[in-house]
Amino acid sequence: MLNLETTQAPNAQRNRASSSLNRILKYTLVRGVTLIITVVIGVYLTILIANGGGYVDEMRKGQIREQISMEMAADPEMAFLTLQQRKELEEERVRIRIEQVGLDRPFLVRSFEYLWNGLTLNLGSAQYLLSDSGSRQVRNILGERLAPTLLLMASGQLLLFFSGVSVALFLSRRYGSALDKFIIAMAPTSSAPAWFYGIFLILIFAAVLGWLPFGGMVDAPPPQTTLLRALSIGKHMILPVLALLISSIFSTSYSWRTFFLIYSSEDYVEMAKAKGLSDRAIERRYVLRPTLPTIVTSFALTLITLWVGAIVLETVFAWPGIGRLTQQAINLFDTPVIVANAVIYAYLLGVTVFLLDIIYSLVDPRVKLGGGGTRS
Amino acid sequence: MKNLWSQLKSYPSAVAGLILISVLVGIAVYALAAIPYSEAVRLWRGGDNVWLETPRNARPAWLNFFYKEKQPVTTVVRSTDDPANKTVLDLGGGVAINDMVLEFEFNYDGFPTELAVFFESVYEAARPNVNMTWVTPDGREIPLSELSVRPSEAYRISQDTRLLRRLNGKQPEIALFEDPNNPGKPLKGTYKLVAEGLVFEEGSTVDASLVVYGKLHGLAGTDHRRRDITVALLWGAPVALAFGLVAAVGSSLTTMMLAAASVWFGGWVDWVIRRVNEIVMILPLLPILIMVGLFYSRSIWAILGVVIALGIFGSGILSYRSMFIQVKESGYIEAARAYGAGNGRIIFRYMIPKIIPVLIPGFVTQVPAYVFLEATLSVLGLGDPVLPTWGKLLNDAHSNGALFNGYFYWVLEPAALLILAGLGFAMLGFALDRIFNPRLRGL
Repeated sequence: MLNLETTQAPNAQRNRASSSLNRILKYTLVRGVTLIITVVIGVYLTILIANGGGYVDEMRKGQIREQISMEMAADPEMAFLTLQQRKELEEERVRIRIEQVGLDRPFLVRSFEYLWNGLTLNLGSAQYLLSDSGSRQVRNILGERLAPTLLLMASGQLLLFFSGVSVALFLSRRYGSALDKFIIAMAPTSSAPAWFYGIFLILIFAAVLGWLPFGGMVDAPPPQTTLLRALSIGKHMILPVLALLISSIFSTSYSWRTFFLIYSSEDYVEMAKAKGLSDRAIERRYVLRPTLPTIVTSFALTLITLWVGAIVLETVFAWPGIGRLTQQAINLFDTPVIVANAVIYAYLLGVTVFLLDIIYSLVDPRVKLGGGGTRS
Repeated sequence: MKNLWSQLKSYPSAVAGLILISVLVGIAVYALAAIPYSEAVRLWRGGDNVWLETPRNARPAWLNFFYKEKQPVTTVVRSTDDPANKTVLDLGGGVAINDMVLEFEFNYDGFPTELAVFFESVYEAARPNVNMTWVTPDGREIPLSELSVRPSEAYRISQDTRLLRRLNGKQPEIALFEDPNNPGKPLKGTYKLVAEGLVFEEGSTVDASLVVYGKLHGLAGTDHRRRDITVALLWGAPVALAFGLVAAVGSSLTTMMLAAASVWFGGWVDWVIRRVNEIVMILPLLPILIMVGLFYSRSIWAILGVVIALGIFGSGILSYRSMFIQVKESGYIEAARAYGAGNGRIIFRYMIPKIIPVLIPGFVTQVPAYVFLEATLSVLGLGDPVLPTWGKLLNDAHSNGALFNGYFYWVLEPAALLILAGLGFAMLGFALDRIFNPRLRGL
C-alpha cells in the first residue's frame, strides 16, 4: 500500500477512493447491524410491556376463538347439534388450538415467537379499527397510514434541516445583529412541542382568518385530477409542516449557529481569509464542511423528539397517518393496533438514525470503526 | 450563592424566568390551599349536581369589560334568599299557598343561554303543586307551566316544548326577554317569576330557585359539562410543577449516578451502560408510555415513575460521562483513595457533588419538556383519570371542537399557562447555562 502510494500517483488516488468506499460500507454495515439489534431489543421490550398485563395472550386467544366460531358457523354439519353441544365442541376445539399454537407453553418461549410476529408486523386483525379498503388486518391498516405520515414528517424534517442550516449560516455571518439576538431570545420557545404550536396555527389561520383548513389531508370530496389532489394535499400540509418548523427552528438554528461560530474561529479559516478566498468559498469549504458532522448528530437528536411528537401533531391536525391511528386505537382500546404502532415507531426511529449515520459517515472522513479519535 | 444571585440579576431572561416561576408557584400554593385534593377531584368529576347553576361553554366574565354590548352573567334567585320572596297563606286543613316571587334585574344587551327553575319540597304523600308565571318589566304576564314537584325537581324552561309552541317556536330564553318594540334586543329592567305553590299537608313546604344562565362565567369560563375551568387551571399548576420538577430531578440524578459509576468502575460496567444507553436512546418513548397508560395505570404518578425510569439512560449520560472523566483524575480523588475511601463514598461524596452545579442548568431546561410531556399524554386521552390538568383541558377542548366552534378561551387559557411554565424554566435554564458554562458566554 505504502509502496503504491509513493510510486504510482493515479493508482493511489483510485485506491484511496475505494478504501473510503470500503470504510463507508463497513461503517454502514456495522451501524446497521447495531441498529437492527437495538430495534429488536426495543420491540422485545414493547412485547414484554404489552404482555405484562397478559394482553397479547388475550389478543391471541380472542383471535383463535373468533376463527373457530367462524369455521363452525360455516360448517353445515353443525346445524344438527344442539346449542349446548355446539358450545362444548367449540370450547374443546379452542382448547386444542391453544395447545396447538403453544399458548400453554411458558411465557419465555412464547415471548420470542411474539417478538418475531411483532418484527414482521404479523399481529393478526384489529379489534375495532378498519382500513379504508375495509381490511381488518393490522398490517393493511398500518400500510395505508404509513404513507401520509412519511409524507408529512419527511417534508417537515427536510425543510427544518435546510432552513436550519441556511438560517444558522446567515446568523453566523451577522453575529450579534438584532436578528441574531431575536433568534437567541426565541430559542426557549422550542421547549413546546409541535402540536402545541399547531393549536395556535389552527386558531389563527383556520378559525379566525379562514384561509387554511382545520385539518385532514384532502378536501372532501377529493378532487378528481391528480394535480388538483396534490394541490389540495399541499394546502392541508402547510399548517402541520409550519407547526413542526416553528417548534424546532429557533433552538436548532441557535445551536447550529454556535457550531458555525466555533468552527469559523479555527486557525485554518483565518488562513483561508488571509489567502483572500471569497466569503462564500470559505463558508462552504472551511466552515460548513467540518461543522456538518456535528450538525448531523444534533439533527438526529432533534428528529427523535420530532417523531415522538408526531403522534399528537397528527391528532391535532386530523392527519390520517399512524399517529392519528395510535390515538384512535387508544380511544377504542384496540390492543393489536397499539402494539403494532409501538413497533412501527421503533422501526421509524431506527431507520431515521440509520440514514443519518450513513450521511454522517459520508460527511465525516474521520469516521473509523472501533477507534475513538474523532473530536466531535 | 450570593455571587450566583448577582450574576443572575444581570440576565433579564433569568429575572423574567424567575418571576414566571414564582407566579406559578404562587398559583400552585394557592390552589393547594384553597381547593384540597379531594375537593378538586370531586369538583372535576362531579356530575350534574355539582355544577347545576353554571352555564355550558360560557366565556370568562371579564370579557364584558371589552364588549360594547354587555353579555349576561348567570343570575340565581332563591326563595330562601330573602323572607320577602315567599309569603305563606294558610288555608286550613294543612292546605297552604306558598306564594314565591323571584325578582331580578336584567340590564344586559344579550340574551341568556338557558332558563331553569329548581324546586325543593318537603311532603309525606301529596306532592305540592306549582303554577308559574313570567312577568316582564313592561308588565306582560306569560304563563309558563304547572307541575307537581318531587322532593327535588328541575323544571328547565328552555326545554319545555309546550311553552316553545305557545311562543310560536321561539326559544323561551329569547322570547321571554325580547323587547316587543325592538325585536332581536332584550328588554332591560326587573323581571319576575311568580311561582304559586300549593301544599296539601301539615308541615309540607316548597322552595324554588330560578337560574338565568348567562353567556359569561367566572374568571376562566366553563366547559361543555358546565365545570368552572378555573378549578382545572388552578390545579394544573401544582400538577405540572410537581411532574416537571420530579421527573427532571429524578432522571438527572439517576443519570448522573450511572455516569459516575460508569466512569469510576470502567471496564465492562462502562461498556454495558454505554450499550444500554444506545438502545434506550432510540426506544419510542411515547408509544411505550401509551402502552403503560393503557395496560397498567393511568395515574400520573405511575407515568411519572416510568418517565424517570426511561429517562435514566438519556442523552445526558454521555456529557456527564465526559465531565466525570475529568473529575476522576483530580488530585482530591487520589487523596480519598489514599486514605482508603470505598467506591460508594468516592462516587457519592466526592464525584457527584463536584458535578451538581453543572447539572443545575441542564435539569432546569429539562423541566418544560416534562411539563409538555404530561400535556401530550393528556391530549392523547391518557391523562390522569381524576385530577384536572392543563393537558386534560386541552384534550376536552380539542375533542369538543373548541376551535371550530369559536370557544377560543377554552384552548388559550391552558395553552397560555403551559407556555408560561415552559418559558419560565427555559429562560432561567438558558441564563444558568451561560453562567455555569463561561465557554458559551462569548457566543
